Amino acid sequence: MSYKIYIPIDSTALSLGADDVYKAIQDEASQRKINLQIVRNGSRGLFWLEPMIEVETSQGRIAYGPVTIDDVPSLFDAEFYLGKVHSLSHGLTEEITWLKNQERLTFARAGITDPINIEEYEKLDGFQGLKNAINLKPNEIVKIVTESGLRGRGGAAFPTGIKWQTVLDTPGEKKYIVCNADEGDSGTYSDRMIMENDPFVLIEGMIIAGIAVGADQGYIYLRSEYPDALKVLNQAINIAKEKGYLGKKVLGTDFNFELEVTRAAGAYICGEETSLLESLEGKRGMVRYKPPLPAIEGLYGKPTVVNNVISLATIPIILDKGAKYYADYGMGRSKGTLPIQLAGNLKKTGLIEKAFGITLRELLYDYGEGSATGKPIKAVQVGGPLGAFIPESQFDMPLDYETFAKVNAVVGHGGIVAFDDSVDMAKMARYSFEFCAIESCGKCTPCRIGSTRGMEVIDKIKSGVEVEKNEKLLRDLAETMVHGSLCAMGGMTPFPVISALNFFPKDFGLEKTDAKA
Amino acid sequence: MALTTESEEKIKQLIDKFQNKPGALLPLMHAIQDDLGFVPEEAYPLVAKAYQLSIAEIHGFVTFYHHFRRKPSGKNILHICRAESCQSMGSESIEQYCKDKLGIDYHETTADNTLTLEPIYCLGNCACSPAVMINEKVIGRVTQSKIDQIITESKVKA
Repeated sequence: MSYKIYIPIDSTALSLGADDVYKAIQDEASQRKINLQIVRNGSRGLFWLEPMIEVETSQGRIAYGPVTIDDVPSLFDAEFYLGKVHSLSHGLTEEITWLKNQERLTFARAGITDPINIEEYEKLDGFQGLKNAINLKPNEIVKIVTESGLRGRGGAAFPTGIKWQTVLDTPGEKKYIVCNADEGDSGTYSDRMIMENDPFVLIEGMIIAGIAVGADQGYIYLRSEYPDALKVLNQAINIAKEKGYLGKKVLGTDFNFELEVTRAAGAYICGEETSLLESLEGKRGMVRYKPPLPAIEGLYGKPTVVNNVISLATIPIILDKGAKYYADYGMGRSKGTLPIQLAGNLKKTGLIEKAFGITLRELLYDYGEGSATGKPIKAVQVGGPLGAFIPESQFDMPLDYETFAKVNAVVGHGGIVAFDDSVDMAKMARYSFEFCAIESCGKCTPCRIGSTRGMEVIDKIKSGVEVEKNEKLLRDLAETMVHGSLCAMGGMTPFPVISALNFFPKDFGLEKTDAKA
Repeated sequence: MALTTESEEKIKQLIDKFQNKPGALLPLMHAIQDDLGFVPEEAYPLVAKAYQLSIAEIHGFVTFYHHFRRKPSGKNILHICRAESCQSMGSESIEQYCKDKLGIDYHETTADNTLTLEPIYCLGNCACSPAVMINEKVIGRVTQSKIDQIITESKVKA
């Protein structure tokens, strides 16, 4: 008799000792002569429970977590491998409220199986979207994507279908699909999770994109900070090739699609699509002028789809279940679901895929259960280092692109970083400039020089030097950067800075009480 | 510092390997760094000649990217995440602790050559901040005692 156990290999689970737990469980099992079949699965994204191990029972999978090596003997004493009760037991995984209340479409499979087991992927509806797509005309595929309402999940929220339509309509012998996997925003990890935990869904999405626009070559531009994702993707691509999903004559059709991973080299700016293309061409990642749009003149001057990991990984379910199925989730013009990532100072962090429309308060308090330190949450930053800081008075805003835009905030890639009341917002504003100075490509003067001058002006305000004059200067500088920069690096760095200044003037030593929004 | 014959041979092999690859510089520089631990300046003229680029272009490329090292590192590299999520969980005190304990600043290597300290901007481990990466292994919810352990182990691995 053998018992089936799941121990994750997601890099966050590993960062909390999942490999040590795996070894300890193996050792304990062999000592006790208990026959375990251990599957290294991905993570479901309940990171507050990681390392979370699961046991297969006739009722379903039962979760235990967070497990440390010290817990292993007592788990065996309690016969956890039979799904029996232990102080770390959470009952059936699927019934854990945190997970049960989610709407997992893009992340439907993440964490369930061994990420590179292609048979398991096929069993869980994998490649159904692709199988539908090969029987459609390119125009029909693009129409479905457009009707689904999917917008670029990297942060810019541009309608994916319209981008694809442009590439489809642009004549060209050679076209490219480029996946932007340069997920550099602090507080975000959904791209990493897809790549490590369900790589085939990204591969499938890229193949469909290729069929839709007539591209036969795909690149995944992957940040160098994700070595685990690199290994998983390369393994998955080789397996998909062997199974006939990639390469010449995909699934016996006349369509060819080659796919490879290119390792980036630690430049945040290369998450900007034109800078990414420059980098992929083997150059410095300098931002390009637009127009021409990459959809018309992209990689090596050819029509190119540049989409974020999550956008591409959402394509298979749209092609499988239909545009309406996806569009029925969400609110207003923000259709479908958003994989939200709770990060920073929260008790319960992890991935929450929900339809657009959930409020920050629900996320921070119902899911996050407040700050990890137990202090009040003073502010959150949504959408990475270029996203505005949001004060408590705005926590009831629903998460959707338009509502956020109205208050000069961004949903971005869906990462939420919480700060407790020990945070100095002037310091955070200064850091925004510092980050911009480190990561600016240097093309636009307001970004290249303004970022450094911005730090200096904040330092002056904080030390009480000509405060009024310098506050005015800071706002003026911010405006110059917004209007005088080609891309979001210089154009949006002022968002966190000015929001910090508006909502938390006291932290800057300004004689105002912190404003209510 | 001149390249050893062995290093020069290796670089030439890699140049040949990527010669016909579009966008060759990115994979080439990764391959050189993976092999030698850094991208020596002496490689620039070799690459420039083979790929019909100027030495200035190669220099511009290598220096644009934070990942590429222009001098050898210590036997282990400790990256400390400086990004917002980690800051919200006290990464600054971890940063300071490392610098004090090792007696070095960022981009420096300990005198015994066992450890190089580098900043990094997000490891995608933001659900378990603060995070660091020792070589290619990410460690979450880092504490001072975890840092002590990393430093001790790096001396053994050296």
